[in-house]
Amino acid sequence: MVTAVANELNGLSPQEYDHRLAEFEARINRGEKIEPADWMPDQYRQQLIRLIHVHANSEICGALPEGKWIPHAPTFKRKMALVAKVQDEVGHAQLLYRAAETLGPSREELIESLIAGKSKFSNVFHYPSETWADVAIIAWLIDGAAIINQAMMSEGSYGPYARALKRICYEEAFHMKHGYEMCFTMATGTRAQHEMLQEALDRWWAPIMMFHGPSDKVSTHTKLLVRWRIKLKTNDEQRQQFLNQFVPKIFDLKLTVPDKSIRHDKETNHWHYAEPDWEEFVRVVRGGGPMSRDRIATRRMAHENGQWVREALAAAAAGRSVPMPSAN
Amino acid sequence: MKPIESFDDLTTVTRDALVDLLYRLGDDELVLGHRNSEWTGLAPILEEDIAFSSMAQDEMGHAQVYYQMLHALGEPDPDTIAFSRKPREYRCASLVSLANDKNWAFCLLRQFLYDASETVRLTALCEGTLVPLAQAARKIRSEEKYHLMHGRSWVLRLGNATDESHERMQTALYEAYPHALGLFEPTAADEPLTLAGICPREEELRRQWESAVAPVLADAGLEQPETAQAAYGGRVGHHPESLTSLLNDMQIVYKIDPAAKW
Repeated sequence: MVTAVANELNGLSPQEYDHRLAEFEARINRGEKIEPADWMPDQYRQQLIRLIHVHANSEICGALPEGKWIPHAPTFKRKMALVAKVQDEVGHAQLLYRAAETLGPSREELIESLIAGKSKFSNVFHYPSETWADVAIIAWLIDGAAIINQAMMSEGSYGPYARALKRICYEEAFHMKHGYEMCFTMATGTRAQHEMLQEALDRWWAPIMMFHGPSDKVSTHTKLLVRWRIKLKTNDEQRQQFLNQFVPKIFDLKLTVPDKSIRHDKETNHWHYAEPDWEEFVRVVRGGGPMSRDRIATRRMAHENGQWVREALAAAAAGRSVPMPSAN
Repeated sequence: MKPIESFDDLTTVTRDALVDLLYRLGDDELVLGHRNSEWTGLAPILEEDIAFSSMAQDEMGHAQVYYQMLHALGEPDPDTIAFSRKPREYRCASLVSLANDKNWAFCLLRQFLYDASETVRLTALCEGTLVPLAQAARKIRSEEKYHLMHGRSWVLRLGNATDESHERMQTALYEAYPHALGLFEPTAADEPLTLAGICPREEELRRQWESAVAPVLADAGLEQPETAQAAYGGRVGHHPESLTSLLNDMQIVYKIDPAAKW
């Protein structure tokens, strides 16, 4: 049993708190979903807000490196598919901010926290997308890595988040196919296209290896998240699953993984790899990545440019209107 | 007038006029679709980000339909048409070429004025004699209907909401209106297309459009620019500089290797 911290009691006696917590944990252990109106420990609420917020931020910031290439997409098919893909990511942000709202904070507050640099987004979106091939690698491998994480989280204990993730995973599966198809086309295309793709993989490999978060040895959040079924697998387990699923396919495309130590141990079914630079990870997610400032500045610009629209919507909803010049 | 079942039944003169019309229709859709897609990830609210992305996809899809018809008429395939032509070979009106400039009021109003013109034009094409074009127009109109509803409701809302939103929409209207009139630039194709019963004259379409948009603008409390001079030139390949930079953006990857599959 987790001991109640004073500020969590919310007027409950310690006995009452322990009783509710036991009931809450029993429900989770029976596989029931926790719903917005249900009692939950503050820490559960705060952890979920943090996770969903970071996830929503990542969707909206993740729209930027790919969105940048929409104007440059080289065929009708790619252009329309990429608009649809990035549109989905924005839609995911909308769904997720809504899921976070069920726990308290408003979308406006959550977005303002992002553009003030007070909340995080996924490490991978702090890096630049330099060529068209980056779009292919992002859609295939980052969406692929995200599915591993999100499919797991969609079995989690909080109802609104789990349901949002079910739908998100369904769409991400399309993105991954679209990404693979782009990678396949370039890998089997001209020599220059193959090189462009390899260079993109070289750039993205390290950030992707960090995508599932710090190694279990150093990750601070995992234990409690697992106990409350917010998270069902550790970061390292997810990374192993990613390698298992994708490295053989990368080799099939005659691409090289830029990690000489990578190998699969058949007996233990375990991948060996060079430990990512976790200092870089921490620096990047705290806003020290090559595109961190740029992403936030872009989101801020979009938000500020839209201020008048949101004000107008609020006024229209309140039924106010400006005096009109006469129609004649 | 008797329906024309196939492109093969067209006279050379009508056929050339049809090619010109299809380039105008397709280029308007492609360029506006591109402009709308520039909002993806950056629109004022998430819901409109999604809406502009949807309209972008629809418009690109419509462009493809028109280009496919051009291909059937002996022109290059749709990707070659879209990604390899020079600015002066484009036939879009200046309205769609103008840069977004982070100005959502302008883009929204442009979209409304454009969708209203589409409705008028597509309705005319549906009633026209050329069967394959009438069929395509019916399908496209069924999607454009939603664009127009979207634009109309936003124009009404923003025109009347706050002083600032009214001001922004009014400024956008003054800016966009002459270019919207440019959608109806008369061309040498008017005569043969009208004679064949495929499409009415541009001036007729313009009249219909004006009577469709005027009441909405009035209800939105926006003053219609009475003396606006139509911005012509797009239909004969004279474009604002903004189209050149748009096409540079659009064609940059394609031109790395036009023979490659992407």
